Amino acid sequence: MTVMFYIALALLSLAIGCFVYRVVKGPTVADRVIALDAIGICLAGIVAVLSILLETSVFLEIILLIGILAFLGTAAFAKFLQKGVVIERDGNH
Amino acid sequence: MAGALLTLISAIGVLRLPDVYTRSHAISKSTTLGMIFILMGTLFYFWLKHDHFNSRLLLAIVFLFLTSPVSAHLISRAAYYSGVRPWEGTVRDDLAERRENRTKSAK
Repeated sequence: MTVMFYIALALLSLAIGCFVYRVVKGPTVADRVIALDAIGICLAGIVAVLSILLETSVFLEIILLIGILAFLGTAAFAKFLQKGVVIERDGNH
Repeated sequence: MAGALLTLISAIGVLRLPDVYTRSHAISKSTTLGMIFILMGTLFYFWLKHDHFNSRLLLAIVFLFLTSPVSAHLISRAAYYSGVRPWEGTVRDDLAERRENRTKSAK
């Protein structure tokens, strides 16, 4: 049973490795942002598997937090790519 | 648990990353599915083994399910309008006409 969780951890780390490759090499900025988002999601998965392995439920809030942060980061980056600024000011510009 | 098996799906989806827009597609779908299965596995593990139903985990599942298509769409749209060309094998480009109009009106 525990072997399965270790295999899952190894696979997730492999996935994160692929994403890091994409972040470093990615031809466009959008690729990098997507890969960073996916790294965040994978980290949430690693935290879930670790909390099963360590038999504690105190890590489970972290998953929600990581998910929210990954989404906010991606949304902000998308806005930055499209408009050039993250927070727009109204008025003369 | 079933989560371990479905991590494999997300890892494969990650490994194959074909091209720019298809890559976003592959990443958003497969990692979301894999993560949702892992989180479900964790939820049921704590529920059945320790008799401890964790509502925050459920909230995380719902949040991930809602936001990952949104973020994929946002980033693809931003990439398109910031001038990333699609792969040469793309068959049709529905947004091209609209983009032409935009650039014309901007001038």
